[in-house]
Amino acid sequence: MKEKEKLLEIKHLHKDYGNGPVLKDVSLNVHKGEVVVIIGPSGCGKSTLLRCINGLEQIQSGKILLDGEVITENKTKWSEVRQKIGMVFQSYDLFPHMTVTDNILLGPTKVQGRDKKEAEAEAERILERIGLLDKKNAFPRQLSGGQKQRVAIVRALIMKPEIMLFDEVTAALDPEMVREVLDVMLELAKSGSTMMIVTHEMQFARAVADRIVFLDGGEILETDTPEKFFTRPKTDRAKRFLNTFSFHMERERGGKAI
Amino acid sequence: MWDNTIVKMLLEGTGATLYMTLVSTLFGYVLGLPMGIVLAITDKEGIKPNTFIYKILDFIANIVRSIPFLILLILVIPLTKAIVGKSYGSSATIVPLVIAAAPFIARMVESSLKEVDKGVIEAAQSMGAGTFTIIWKVLLTEARTSLLVGVTIAIGTILGYSAMAGTVGGGGLGDIAVRYGYHRYQTDIMIVTIIILVVLAQILQGLGMMFSKKLDRRHV
Repeated sequence: MKEKEKLLEIKHLHKDYGNGPVLKDVSLNVHKGEVVVIIGPSGCGKSTLLRCINGLEQIQSGKILLDGEVITENKTKWSEVRQKIGMVFQSYDLFPHMTVTDNILLGPTKVQGRDKKEAEAEAERILERIGLLDKKNAFPRQLSGGQKQRVAIVRALIMKPEIMLFDEVTAALDPEMVREVLDVMLELAKSGSTMMIVTHEMQFARAVADRIVFLDGGEILETDTPEKFFTRPKTDRAKRFLNTFSFHMERERGGKAI
Repeated sequence: MWDNTIVKMLLEGTGATLYMTLVSTLFGYVLGLPMGIVLAITDKEGIKPNTFIYKILDFIANIVRSIPFLILLILVIPLTKAIVGKSYGSSATIVPLVIAAAPFIARMVESSLKEVDKGVIEAAQSMGAGTFTIIWKVLLTEARTSLLVGVTIAIGTILGYSAMAGTVGGGGLGDIAVRYGYHRYQTDIMIVTIIILVVLAQILQGLGMMFSKKLDRRHV
């Protein structure tokens, strides 16, 4: 990215669950309005990296700064920091006993102390924009996976976070529901949101990313624009990783020929 | 023999049993619910891990639960006297009932709260929700079905305990069963009290399960 305001700085991050390192010396900056997509094989530490950023995981060494302030110290007020970091999870994690509206309003009313009427009006506006207004009184079990995930995105968005983290948000979805969720994310990216996305959807990654970060074995092996990364990856590891995806495509083509 | 006095006695006994059971359950939860919440959140997997507090509560819960109820009844007589003023009768029975029930209730609350999906708790944490909000809005709300099943189990157990208190003059149906059925060999009265106890247990169990199902939003 061009010289823009640094929103998030990760410096020499080291994470260990106690049986070998999960993240090794990871350094990464995310600028305001930038969309960074992290890809890499399963178990490479992608999700862990996101979870470290909002304090769901403790780190062993290194530093994370948000708006220039270190957020990885003991005195970190996570409640305040987390309001600036929206997170969407693979398994949606909507509150099963709350309606769609109550799910969305918990953060703004109970955490941020905003006026309920005002927050509800905003919730309805966003729900309408993504075509889910008619579901506002539904319970999560009455929604499809794609709908649940879109509600989860709204739930994070309404807090007006400075950065949004997406942790494999389409991985648990049926294929035909992936699109509706990705479309919401594309729209967010277009509207200038700062986002960090962990995904296995390579075409989506290419379309949405300003920058691709390739992670393997807990290390950043490559950082590049999507154009360069997908057409001319620098490392052999990235080449092999990308090949596993093209392999599937060749088979499809072969199948059609028969 | 089925004169008015006996019917009246059985009715009063039923009333006393219900009184002991419900009041003890109520106070059992007054003590047990907070204790269960603290156990759940201070556990090493909880939202506010604190080994020291967890170990202390864990120890208390285990000790009280390992004392047989009949012994506990006698053991706490001084305390009962201090609180109620006497050591026999329905109100006096409530003291040992609460002491016996609270740790048991705390354990059930603890296990209900630990059933709440970790992902849902993390979702609340990730939006900056504080401990109190998570306890109130996430843990207790999401576990409410399980908590109500717990209440039902607690009522059933305390009902049984209250009848046991009859052996030491605790009042209620258990008291009648012991005095008439055991000391006076009037088996018919004993059987009637047993039937009433069974019916009470069934009704309370049924009501509890009904409420618990009504409040469940997880399934269609």
